[in-house]
Amino acid sequence: MIPVLLILIPLLTGLVTFFIKDEKMARAWSLITSVGTLAVSVAGITVFKDPGNLQRQYEWMQQLGSSFSVKIDGMGQVLCLLTAIAYPLIFIGTWKTQYKKAGNFFALMLLAQAGLMGVFVAMDALLFYFFWELALIPMYFLCSQWGGEKRIRVTFKFFIYTFLGSVLMLIGIIYLQSQTPDHSFSIKSFYELELSNETQSWIFWLFFVAFAIKMPVFPFHTWQPDTYEQSPTATTMVLSGIMVKMGLLGVLRWLFPVLPAAAYGWGNVVMTLSVAGIVYASLIAIRQDDIKRLVAYSSIAHIGLMCAAIFSENKSGMQGVMLQMFNHGINIIGLWIIVEIIERRFGTRKMSELGGLAQKAPAMAVFFVIIALANIALPLTNAFPGEFLMFNGILNSRSSFYLLFTIFAGLGIILGAVYTLNMIRKIFYGEVNAVTGAAMDLQWNEKIALGIIVALIFCIGVYPQVLLNMTDEISQAIINKRHVLEAISK
Amino acid sequence: MNVLIISAVLGVVMMFSSFLLKQNSTIRNLAIAGIGLLFVVNALEIGGTVFFKVNVHGMILFDRFALLFNAIALLSTFLYLVLSARDMEKVGVNYAEYFALIFFILCGITLVSSFKSFLILFLGIEIITIPLYILTGSDKRNLKSNEASLKYFLLGTFSTGLMLMGIALLYGARGTFSTTFVDVIEVKPSPLLVTGMILLLFSMSFKVSAAPFHFWTPDVYDGAPTVFTSFMATIVKAAVFIAFIRLFDDSFEKLQPQWRLLIGIITAATLFIGNITAVFQQSVKRMLAYSSIAQAGFMMMAVFAMNNDAKEGLLIYTAAYSFATIGIFAVLAKMPDYTFDGFNGLSRKQPLVAGTLTIFLLSLAGIPLTAGFLAKFYMLKAAMATPGSLWLVIFAVLMAAVSVYYYFRIIQAMYFKEGDASLITVSMVFKQTLVLLTILIVLLGIFPNLLLTWYYF
Repeated sequence: MIPVLLILIPLLTGLVTFFIKDEKMARAWSLITSVGTLAVSVAGITVFKDPGNLQRQYEWMQQLGSSFSVKIDGMGQVLCLLTAIAYPLIFIGTWKTQYKKAGNFFALMLLAQAGLMGVFVAMDALLFYFFWELALIPMYFLCSQWGGEKRIRVTFKFFIYTFLGSVLMLIGIIYLQSQTPDHSFSIKSFYELELSNETQSWIFWLFFVAFAIKMPVFPFHTWQPDTYEQSPTATTMVLSGIMVKMGLLGVLRWLFPVLPAAAYGWGNVVMTLSVAGIVYASLIAIRQDDIKRLVAYSSIAHIGLMCAAIFSENKSGMQGVMLQMFNHGINIIGLWIIVEIIERRFGTRKMSELGGLAQKAPAMAVFFVIIALANIALPLTNAFPGEFLMFNGILNSRSSFYLLFTIFAGLGIILGAVYTLNMIRKIFYGEVNAVTGAAMDLQWNEKIALGIIVALIFCIGVYPQVLLNMTDEISQAIINKRHVLEAISK
Repeated sequence: MNVLIISAVLGVVMMFSSFLLKQNSTIRNLAIAGIGLLFVVNALEIGGTVFFKVNVHGMILFDRFALLFNAIALLSTFLYLVLSARDMEKVGVNYAEYFALIFFILCGITLVSSFKSFLILFLGIEIITIPLYILTGSDKRNLKSNEASLKYFLLGTFSTGLMLMGIALLYGARGTFSTTFVDVIEVKPSPLLVTGMILLLFSMSFKVSAAPFHFWTPDVYDGAPTVFTSFMATIVKAAVFIAFIRLFDDSFEKLQPQWRLLIGIITAATLFIGNITAVFQQSVKRMLAYSSIAQAGFMMMAVFAMNNDAKEGLLIYTAAYSFATIGIFAVLAKMPDYTFDGFNGLSRKQPLVAGTLTIFLLSLAGIPLTAGFLAKFYMLKAAMATPGSLWLVIFAVLMAAVSVYYYFRIIQAMYFKEGDASLITVSMVFKQTLVLLTILIVLLGIFPNLLLTWYYF
């Protein structure tokens, strides 16, 4: 019942929100419902965690071989929890931001949440595709209506890019369904498929392009910096914090176990792309003056690392990715909240125009430094265990270039420290200038949101075991599935 | 059978109604009630109640496929009249005659969806197209309308000639007009048979505006009064597709090696030309003309695949495509400005109309939860089952991605651009019907079984 609720609550409350005309009401309503979703998802993970509650299957389009089948597995727990935590944080963090037609804004945000939850729990390929697209449509409207100056063109590029990827994936899904003996879209039938290596190797790209665009992995990333920059910040948080995880989840759940031979065969290519993306994005991030663009490029680098770790094909890498999916979401939302504050207070995102904020807004400086350090995976912060596991994974991967990949990925970490520390220096230290002279420190809502984020950063940094327990079984299962099939195909 | 006879009678009734009824609104209500009646008698026939027992000597067969399509066509026509009948007053003075012609076209549609003989096919196609020539030219004061009518007439008769030639050759090869025969299991089909089939293929491609026989479409659709373009581009086109798949399913299934590649190429060309040209249009009406070509390309995939999924899918496709396009044309007919910029800021003045229009456009683009997605999905699935057709499937989805570009331009104009577009007049019924169409599209997109159960049970 839990997964159905996780989809239904935001869906129905979102539809209601369209009719709330008063801005304050809409804001309060969406915060309350998102807290409700959080409560349900926490309850699902802690109290009602017996399998009966975590899965559900309804009949739906049987003649097509599809059913409404949802289940929360270990990876689903992590991602549902992330989505559920992120939404209240986003709403609290941007509590003071004004929107025209606020009812529509919050309604679309909640609908996007419903789509995201659906993607994370769908256990039927057609259902997965449904939600995959449904999460995209509200985002398109959000970015195009409430974004910056160039929003229409930029968002359109983003939409067409992702739509193209999705339809290619649709072909892959239809093809796989036609190959299953019972002509079913269920994940079980897909997992039981045993395709020849040649078939796998071309279907792999139909799926991978869709996922790579979503993540995004170099060279499919060109929509990302523009879209992040032009979107309203609350939307950027959803895009970068949660939505990119759709691509990672897609690879882990729908690509690896279904096309194991191809994933093995193309592993080096994908890892090369990922690692190239890490170095490339980090180098560009160093040159950025706009904070939003800097964070956008840093996100490409982080996602690149996760993608490389997935294809390292061992448990450590997989589990690191699942852990990091959660951490990256939390950290980047924290960064965006502060970027949003800076933009709203000073009307600029250019680092060259800022400076000396640490004297004027010490609380903001403290929060920002902690989150920024978490972003570069300092020990004791949440990203450290995740990245440690991922590097461990890449170093132990069976790819013959593992050392090269590790070195270049490590280079990305060093470069990450360069641009992050540089950003802190430029914004918070140096001379106070005319723009930052009248700076105010954080307000109560921002303190709450950032406080929660920092608390999460330290909790997970010190005791990641909770998340590791959740993902232990599922990462092992993905690996096992791979090995079993590998043995068969030999 | 019910619909065939009653629609012909109603056509005659409407013709004479202008003598007896002076009020336009009475004529309109009579016509709408007539369509309602047709829908009901068709539903009764699906249930097994046939009013007229006529010996047709096996030339017509009202099977489930035909009846179900009739239901879709009649429902679409009903909604179309509720939405747009008022706008026909602006076209010309012969108000009642337009309805009479529409009833005759429906009569023809009933024939082409149920034929079992080439003669009936020919008869049906002609009964459909001759009233269409008149409707295209019904705006007599407008030069563009006249030009469109003449162009349509000249090219249309040419393709009819091709069709007759094809039928004659087939008769020569087989000695019968019946579309179903058992004796075609020849190792090497005779040249006469193949030539006849190809001529029929070409003339049908012309009627559904498949490339490279599509050249009349943009001009005719653009020149015809918008209310009639809506009818031509949706219900009529869908009916001809039903005839197309019926013809090839009945007669030429065994000749698949001969036509499959040809139809594959026609499909790809139609998709390409329709989508790419639509991108460059500045007028929404012309864009919709090219979009109808593009959608025809997708429907051609059903003919290409010719399996059970294809037939089911074509039914869904005709419903999805007709509902959405009728809605868009109904709104367009009420716009003062047909360019994309004419839609700027529509969401502010008419949020409900803009919202429904968005759903229609999403459906045409094939976004999940709308009927348009399932329609495209069925087509892809059907084509995928055909060996050696992966190139076509991949090409089709690439073109579907292109189509997003021009459909979303309207959404962008309505929601994200500044402007003060508004409709000329909007009645409450108009809005309610648009909402009804939206509900139909979404329902069909989630529960295709609502329609398809009738195909089997």
